[in-house]
Amino acid sequence: MTDLALILIATALINNVILVQFLGLCPFLGVSRQLGAAFGMALATGFVLILASTLGFLIEHALLLPFELTHLRTLAFILVIAATVQATEIVMARTSPLMYNALGIYLPLITTNCAVLGVALLTIRASDRLTEALIYGVGTSIGFGLVLCVFAAMREYLDDLAIPESWRGSPIALVTAALMSLGFLGFAGLDRSFGQ
Amino acid sequence: MTAVLVLAALALIAGLMLVALAHKLPARSEPLVDAINAELPQTQCAQCGYPGCKPYAQAIVRGDVGIDQCPPGGERTRVRLAQLTGQTGRESVTAAPIEPAPMLAVIDEERCIGCALCLPACPVDAIVGAPQFMHTVIAAECTGCELCLAPCPVDCIALAPRDPKTEIAA
Repeated sequence: MTDLALILIATALINNVILVQFLGLCPFLGVSRQLGAAFGMALATGFVLILASTLGFLIEHALLLPFELTHLRTLAFILVIAATVQATEIVMARTSPLMYNALGIYLPLITTNCAVLGVALLTIRASDRLTEALIYGVGTSIGFGLVLCVFAAMREYLDDLAIPESWRGSPIALVTAALMSLGFLGFAGLDRSFGQ
Repeated sequence: MTAVLVLAALALIAGLMLVALAHKLPARSEPLVDAINAELPQTQCAQCGYPGCKPYAQAIVRGDVGIDQCPPGGERTRVRLAQLTGQTGRESVTAAPIEPAPMLAVIDEERCIGCALCLPACPVDAIVGAPQFMHTVIAAECTGCELCLAPCPVDCIALAPRDPKTEIAA
């Protein structure tokens, strides 16, 4: 049980997928102009992340290892991720069309979000059991969603500040992201105090 | 050989599941235009450069124009549209943003002849008056849309910047 809690904290905070591993920066900068859209993106990507890490684990152990096809791992994972994203898109277009329109191209782009493939591949390396793979996906989704929403809230606030012309938009956003990343370095060592 | 078979089977299963899902949940059409249209003030004042509120909503959805072109809606509409579209409303696609400098129609009551021609022109019924009687503007209702200026035969209506200090809150 402690193991699972540790995995959750490690993936959500200590090895945060965006701020520490620098994966998934495209939606991090692209969909963070508005808190509502960022929240929708966090939910959609989180859903895909959890499914990708769990399905990836299942495919690895049920198909790739028995048939000795581990060299085709990337291909198989991309296939599963693309299908998962398509499914998310279909469900979203039906249940929340406004969010679907607000996210626009960034929704299908989850397929090429390196965080998703990265997490699926890292899960294989890090976990021996299905529950671990699941928690790995959940933790990463929480970390991704947390950082995306906090960053979007900060950018909304930045919009209303008197920022020098040359710093407006992406420059100030990147500086903010860098400071957040420094802040998240403070979580390093959290696992050690937790383990005692 | 096994590689081809396994991946083909995987792709087939994924594809079939997607087809089933898409068949079960067809997307609804154009809900965003309706949602944006519902947020617009429906004054049909055409200050955005489109013939009315619905055409403006369609133009927003097409991406032709930003969400900051509606003076009667003002800041409140801009914020609501920003929530619907995901735009911040500070980057206009084509035209320069219409700054929400709130204007108010003022009738010079000395010169008003009571012709009542401005009454039907007002989209929000902010002008009170009757034929042969002096008219005046309900400040809280007026959106500053300028539509009452043209019909007045004696040009006694002018737009003035709103002064929040002298106004009674609506």
